[in-house]
Amino acid sequence: MSNVFPKWTNRLPLIALVGGLVTGACVIAGATYYFTPKYSRVGYQPVQPVSFSHEIHAGQLGLDCRYCHNGVEKSWFSNIPAAETCMRCHNSVLKDDPRLQPIRDAFENDKPIKWVQVHKTPDYVYFNHSVHVNRGVSCVKCHGRVDQMDEVKHAKPLSMAFCLDCHRSPHEHVRPQSEVFNLGWEPGEDWVAERDGAALVNKMKLRTSESCSACHR
Amino acid sequence: MRYVLIGIAMGAFMVVALAGFRGDISRKPPLEVFADMDRQPKLRPMEPNAFFKNGLSSQPLVKGTVGRSEPLVTASGEKVYPFQTNHAVNKGYTIADEATNFVSIPLPVTMGFLERGRERFGISCVPCHGAQGDGNGIVGKFGFSGIRDLHGETALKLSDGALFKIISEGQKSSPTEAGMMGYASNIDIADRWAIVAYVRALQLSRLGNAKKDNVPTRFLIPEKAPEAKKEGTQ
Ligand code: HEC
Ligand code: HEC
Ligand code: HEC
Ligand code: HEC
Ligand code: HEC
Ligand code: HEC
Repeated sequence: MSNVFPKWTNRLPLIALVGGLVTGACVIAGATYYFTPKYSRVGYQPVQPVSFSHEIHAGQLGLDCRYCHNGVEKSWFSNIPAAETCMRCHNSVLKDDPRLQPIRDAFENDKPIKWVQVHKTPDYVYFNHSVHVNRGVSCVKCHGRVDQMDEVKHAKPLSMAFCLDCHRSPHEHVRPQSEVFNLGWEPGEDWVAERDGAALVNKMKLRTSESCSACHR
Repeated sequence: MRYVLIGIAMGAFMVVALAGFRGDISRKPPLEVFADMDRQPKLRPMEPNAFFKNGLSSQPLVKGTVGRSEPLVTASGEKVYPFQTNHAVNKGYTIADEATNFVSIPLPVTMGFLERGRERFGISCVPCHGAQGDGNGIVGKFGFSGIRDLHGETALKLSDGALFKIISEGQKSSPTEAGMMGYASNIDIADRWAIVAYVRALQLSRLGNAKKDNVPTRFLIPEKAPEAKKEGTQ
């Protein structure tokens, strides 16, 4: 009888097994690496209609976030400033700069500026800025060092796992209320000692909130 | 065996080459892979909306709309609603007598109120007028000219109501300079009064040992509120 199956086919089951395992492992690794918000969202940096820089305004000039995002403490929604807010300074600073022409047009014609939204939760998620900002959760926890970004980029995944990481042990992430808008603040030893004691949790009435209805209502 | 492994390695290399790493800058919006209920036909603030002629989802208020929110309670116990737009608490002066009938701070001045004023002053005024209120804020160093010293004579002589009016409506006294635009759209009425109270305390702190009779009598208003004085003279 001639050889129907050449000799190497003896190793076929082994090759199929090992090859299948390695491919499977690669697919799983790739999917967890690529198909999560840590890849799909982080790094998103759209081109904005005006080259507005947080690095200049919030970093170098030291403007408080609330000079522009003045609704952030009061509502679920953190507003993008109207052209009027820019014009308070830019009616004098860089008065004739061509880069600011869209702002001047918008101000004169009472039209909105078409900023591209960077951070956007799915519509089935209930999110609220004021509850966080008034409880010692700083912008930096969810937006990164915006004051060092020339253009805003999506710095944190804002996935459900990310929200829950903090909601499971909120006291590790909060800071004194006066430092919420100071993105560069680092906890000192005395703060770490204070926040790990029960007093702070009671004073700030921090609860862990993992119930689904907190964020999906 | 070797070829199979090499094939897999090349495949993995190509995926990484095409898709890059986590955190790489991307100009394109994130893909929503299973977009089941991610985007629902509900309106979000500030989003464009084709339904309305002006293309906005947050429509501007119809002319003549009045806000019916919580009233402010003045020191004398009067309730003033935001829709009473001509009321002195909301305007800084009584409308009857043009813009001369300025009032003094109508809200109860407490330590908390002053602290609130300090915080709000820090957010909105410090960039131009400086933390001391002396007009040396950082924006002036970038070419904003004509910023006033809040310890200057004109500023000291302003009544509380006039200060409130400047914060709300702005002031432009020289045709060649940009002047200061009003903050009515960014700062609540109560917060504007809190800023007035804090500016008073700030001014009081600089008067130092000025003789009492040189100080405008108007300026002695904060003395009625004991906390305000304590703040100013420390
Ligand atoms: C001078 C006004 C100004 C100040 C001060 C300012 N911002 Fe902004 N911010 C803007 C404008 C305008 C945009 C929209 C354009 C853009 O995304 O770059 C924006 C966008 C953002 C966004 C992205 C919004 C989105 O579309 O998802 C974040 C996050 C943000 N700001 C956070 C901050 C934080 C944190 C601070 C304080 C450190 C701050 N901003 C201070 C004007 C300001
Ligand atoms: C508190 C005052 C202030 C406000 C409010 C403000 N700016 Fe500026 N802006 C400045 C100053 C100061 C500079 C720096 C000017 C310089 O470099 O000479 C500047 C610079 C800029 C530049 C040039 C940046 C560059 O690369 O040099 C742009 C564009 C700009 N601002 C846009 C805006 C927009 C849009 C807003 C409204 C969201 C805004 N600014 C609000 C003070 C302000
Ligand atoms: C707990 C996390 C968290 C914190 C803290 C936080 N944000 Fe946000 N922010 C978000 C999320 C989530 C969104 C997307 C909201 C949405 O779906 O519209 C967002 C959106 C924004 C936007 C864009 C709104 C729009 O519709 O264009 C701005 C501006 C912003 N945040 C500013 C701030 C500022 C300023 C602070 C600090 C004072 C802050 N955020 C603190 C999570 C946070
Ligand atoms: C860095 C910490 C932190 C992160 C990240 C965070 N939160 Fe929170 N969140 C808090 C704290 C603290 C509270 C206040 C808890 C309390 O009420 O005791 C809170 C409260 C809330 C509430 C109100 C809960 C209630 O019971 O009414 C909602 C809704 C919420 N968060 C949604 C979110 C969503 C959605 C995200 C993710 C985009 C998120 N949070 C991320 C710290 C965080
Ligand atoms: C702290 C807020 C928070 C809590 C609590 C929470 N979720 Fe979520 N959930 C989110 C956010 C934010 C997303 C959107 C994630 C994204 O877009 O990446 C989400 C998404 C989801 C999704 C859709 C996932 C997908 O990829 O399509 C499901 C299903 C879900 N949550 C179920 C639950 C259940 C069940 C619970 C209770 C055990 C719960 N969630 C509690 C914040 C929360
Ligand atoms: C963008 C820079 C800028 C900011 C921010 C600003 N101002 Fe002014 N302010 C000015 C300029 C410029 C003038 C001079 C206006 C003129 O030409 O009469 C002025 C004038 C004044 C005056 C009148 C002083 C006098 O002697 O006539 C008062 C009072 C005042 N500002 C208070 C405030 C308060 C309170 C705030 C915070 C809510 C504030 N300003 C924020 C630029 C600014």
